Amino acid sequence: MKEHAQKSAEFIRDESRTDWHDEALWFVRSKRDRAAHSIAEWEQLRELASQVKDNVLAHLDQYLEQFEANAQRNGVHVHWAADAAEHNRIVHSILEKHNVQRLVKSKSMLTEECHLNEYLTERGVEVVDTDLGERIIQLKEEPPSHIVMPAIHLKKEEVGELFHQKLHTEKGASDPQYLTEAARQHLRQKFLAAGAAITGVNFAVAETGGVVVCTNEGNADMGVHLAPVQIHCMGIEKIIPRAEHLGIFTRLLARSATGQPITIYTSHYHRPKVNGEMHIVIVDNGRTTQLGRADFRNSLKCIRCGACMNTCPIYRRSGGHSYGYTIPGPIGSILTPGIDLKKYSGLPFASTLCGSCSDVCPVKINIHEQLYRWRQVIVREGHLPPAKRQGMKWAGKVLSNPGWYNSLGKLTRWALRQLPRPFLYNSFNEWGRDRELPQPPRQSFKEWYQNKKTEK
Amino acid sequence: MSKNEILAAIRRNKPTGAVLPSIPTFPEGKASPVVTFITMVETGGGQVIRASGPGALQAAIENRFPDAKRIASPIPGVKSNVALGAIHSPSELEPVDVAVISGRLGVAENGAIWVTEEDCIHRVLPFITQHLFLLLDEAAIVHNMHQAYEQIQVDASGFGLFIAGPSKTADIEQSLVIGAQGARSLTVVLEPPLTSG
Amino acid sequence: MKVGLFIPCYIDQFYPQVGISTLELLEKLGCEVEYPTGQACCGQPMANTGCEEDAVAAYHHFVELFQTYEYIVAPSGSCVYHVRKHYDIIGQTEEVRKVRKNTLDLSEFLLDILKIKSLDSRFPHKVGLHQSCHGLRGLRLGTGSERVLESSSKLDTLLRMVDGLELVELTRADECCGFGGTFAINEPAISAKMGKDRIADHESKGVEVITAGDMSCLMHLEGILRRQNKGMKVKHIAEILNGTQL
Ligand code: SF4
Repeated sequence: MKEHAQKSAEFIRDESRTDWHDEALWFVRSKRDRAAHSIAEWEQLRELASQVKDNVLAHLDQYLEQFEANAQRNGVHVHWAADAAEHNRIVHSILEKHNVQRLVKSKSMLTEECHLNEYLTERGVEVVDTDLGERIIQLKEEPPSHIVMPAIHLKKEEVGELFHQKLHTEKGASDPQYLTEAARQHLRQKFLAAGAAITGVNFAVAETGGVVVCTNEGNADMGVHLAPVQIHCMGIEKIIPRAEHLGIFTRLLARSATGQPITIYTSHYHRPKVNGEMHIVIVDNGRTTQLGRADFRNSLKCIRCGACMNTCPIYRRSGGHSYGYTIPGPIGSILTPGIDLKKYSGLPFASTLCGSCSDVCPVKINIHEQLYRWRQVIVREGHLPPAKRQGMKWAGKVLSNPGWYNSLGKLTRWALRQLPRPFLYNSFNEWGRDRELPQPPRQSFKEWYQNKKTEK
Repeated sequence: MSKNEILAAIRRNKPTGAVLPSIPTFPEGKASPVVTFITMVETGGGQVIRASGPGALQAAIENRFPDAKRIASPIPGVKSNVALGAIHSPSELEPVDVAVISGRLGVAENGAIWVTEEDCIHRVLPFITQHLFLLLDEAAIVHNMHQAYEQIQVDASGFGLFIAGPSKTADIEQSLVIGAQGARSLTVVLEPPLTSG
Repeated sequence: MKVGLFIPCYIDQFYPQVGISTLELLEKLGCEVEYPTGQACCGQPMANTGCEEDAVAAYHHFVELFQTYEYIVAPSGSCVYHVRKHYDIIGQTEEVRKVRKNTLDLSEFLLDILKIKSLDSRFPHKVGLHQSCHGLRGLRLGTGSERVLESSSKLDTLLRMVDGLELVELTRADECCGFGGTFAINEPAISAKMGKDRIADHESKGVEVITAGDMSCLMHLEGILRRQNKGMKVKHIAEILNGTQL
């Protein structure tokens, strides 16, 4: 449980940077609010999106088979991967077959999850992330701190210094326009030289066998259309039944993510280009297990818009890296316990259960309720520190027994009044580091009430 | 085989029920879709020009980019000096300064324009070009994405896409920069609907 | 109409004046109020820490104590939300269902049951309303800023009935204060930072008194205000509605 608390405490030590980070994300949340409020039927769209995704989960096997059949009919090679290792092997074998040494990749949280970059790099393939934010963190050798804005934790001066070292931009230059232009020139060369391109998938349409990818930079398309081989990697949950459902999801996605009415490019890939080859890799990697958890399967409805991160008061003040997983923030905190309960047992507690995440979520995932449920599972499986567990057992006894409760309450109030300050405020008192304890009254409400009764 | 294992695991674990909702018709709003469309394209960083009569498109191109060296377009009547039919590898399109392409349909609520592979000849053209012109018939503007997907058939082309502005990014400190990896500008040329008689 | 008054444990122990205000206010409005003295806690602290099973005894005790009342009213959206939402893990007997359904936050009771239109109280101060999360997003006492619905807020409505009270508009209308129960001690740094940020928002608007439907948020904010020697005060909404002065 200390993990997130420690990392967030470290993050907060630089208070002005924390404020900057908080404001940057709050700005995105505000843009999202304006965009959402411009659509009268917003709540109806969220409900529809949620229902469509419920339907997808209930018929996932049929939709996947339908998708595969249609994609194959379109001349697309479809592969199935049970886990990350198989996914990486499949991708590598496609590259090997075509003798690809240079690969460009647009944003894909799935390939991050599978650690594809490391896998391919070890095998001698040059992998270049082409989304600007992803390229920045790739050059900096850091994981993304946000799923939509991977480099949101970095200041422009830091990017400037990084580009100076890696791309030989002018020393001290930090103008975003200038830095973006440098990246554009650098990446153009990479696009032109690539033998294959990989993209993530936003939506896969069962009815037509095609995949849809949304970007603002156009990097997915630059890669896909220039390289002879295109590979689209998707989790099994990316399926939607029909093309008409794209209407719902494209209306929600960008507005939720960045406050734009739609991403600049919404690309629909159905067949390989002339003389090209198109592959789709469908990945499980734990998703079918999550599907079997009734309380948590809703997390599979996620369309990775990042809105829950932008709204989360804790994410904004602790940064994506404090979560220790590819997908941070509220959604990360309900996905990770299903992957490794012990390792991530602290994340469901990194929340006040304020519920803002569930209300911004375009597919209405009950995130904060799942956080609450994961806490129960974590305790049941014995991952709460023993002292805390014992403390709760006692609390449960005292707080359900009026006699004990009354006496202990009285004693606590007495102690708070009588004890000298150093006894109350010390390293054991986490509350008291930045806060005063309440000033205890002589009489509890109950005592007052009973006195009043007897006076009468 | 992983496929069968995955499908079997889904069958074991999936929930039941959950019917597919039907999508209702949403109110279209009072504003004319053309007016909304123009506002949305401009908000997205694009420009809108209204052209009428033959020659207007060519004039608009020359006006905006008088120094453009390589102009690529499959549209008859646009002076193209890149022989799109003779391009073998898409990377040969890298030097293109201006591409002029026809759009099929516009969406008022977000300023997006549906473009297909057939309109581009080469899929990479609208991205690799430095500047992009999209030609659109005013009568082909619908209110929202639901109407758009009703009208287009997404798999009629091997590749089709909505374009809603010039390429952009805000990945450095959330500052908006136009001209990330794709086209640096978008000019939408609206043609008035053909009037009969 | 017989009302059972539920005073959450930390209010009972640390903020008796909030309980007194609630009781007086309800009596002023003509309710027959009974406070079952056998009460302790609704079980939320254990359950939110993941120890639901340690809260079960508290759940049963609560139901036992309150099952005969037509309404159970508490000055705490959070505890009310807990009873309504999370008492689902014990057997759903008729008594349990009745208690869950009839447990109301003070603001709900005043506006939805008593349907009051005015109040006889005066509080001539600049007030900032902190929208406690469990009340706002759990009980839907108002429209959260995330949702695209006609905006409404029960607490707002009630405060506007108070003579002389000036309600300020905040930059972030309903951001969490960072209390979060045991979160406040599990993640003390971030909890306190969130509280400081909320206070700064109120301070920049010239707020004299921060109010809320949940004393727990105010306990946290007050702790920070006192540590920082700020003059701003906190008052539970029941105190303001009942005419308590500064
Ligand atoms: S959980 Fe919801 S809000 Fe969060 S990223 Fe997924 S879709 Fe977006």
